[in-house]
Amino acid sequence: MVSYRTPLSRARGLGSAQHGVGHWISERVGAIALVPLTLWGVFGVLRLAAGDYGAAVAWISDPLNATLMVLLVVISFWHMHAGLRVVIEDYIHVTLNKSALLILNLFVCGLAGALAVFSILKVALGGAV
Amino acid sequence: MAMTEAAKVPRERPMSPHLSIWRWHITMATSILHRATGVALYVGGLIGAAWAISLAQGPETYGTFKHLLGSPLGKVVMAGLTLSFFYHLANGIRHLVWDVGKGFDIRTANATSIVVFAFAAAASVAVWAIAAMTGAL
Repeated sequence: MVSYRTPLSRARGLGSAQHGVGHWISERVGAIALVPLTLWGVFGVLRLAAGDYGAAVAWISDPLNATLMVLLVVISFWHMHAGLRVVIEDYIHVTLNKSALLILNLFVCGLAGALAVFSILKVALGGAV
Repeated sequence: MAMTEAAKVPRERPMSPHLSIWRWHITMATSILHRATGVALYVGGLIGAAWAISLAQGPETYGTFKHLLGSPLGKVVMAGLTLSFFYHLANGIRHLVWDVGKGFDIRTANATSIVVFAFAAAASVAVWAIAAMTGAL
């Protein structure tokens, strides 16, 4: 098929959205932050598993633990959302199903993350029974 | 005439070999496992959120949560998550090194695959040994 359009005309408007690099870098920065945070989280789990409810409340009431825990939750759920998003985009090709799952992924991560952060703050600020 | 006919029929395009065609190799295993452990850790993240929520609910709910995780099934899940975590951590760092542009040659990629598997196994055993010694089990 002969096209009378010039190569420049065909290429116009089909370039990148100009935000790919920033998105790519932000994913890596999140992953780097998770290296120390998750390792700290492992020791947190070991500590919490050995103690009871009172010990857990005391542990999370420490400002450093509460802050690191909130950071761990927020960056983890952000990373989880980004990761599962790629999995969905790779395997689900029906537009409606893909859209539904992408929205579900976002809502699950947003809700679970928000609930976790609020719960941590509630206990840390002394609101626990 | 023959030329226009040929132009209408889509030309056989070279296809990427499907998963079943590839010879199984270790870098392929690490790639697939990175994704699989990531999905497993997604569930682990939700369990983590459940921990925080149960703590805010009070001692009874927290006790139920701890009882569930301490049950045999809970321990199996936690063991799987431990392996998944250390694997995903090590292979994630491997990915970050690749992102800097290093470690792409086949020998290095194969060697770092083995390092990742070894680290995941050793770190998991170490954490569960610490758990056993500190009364966390």
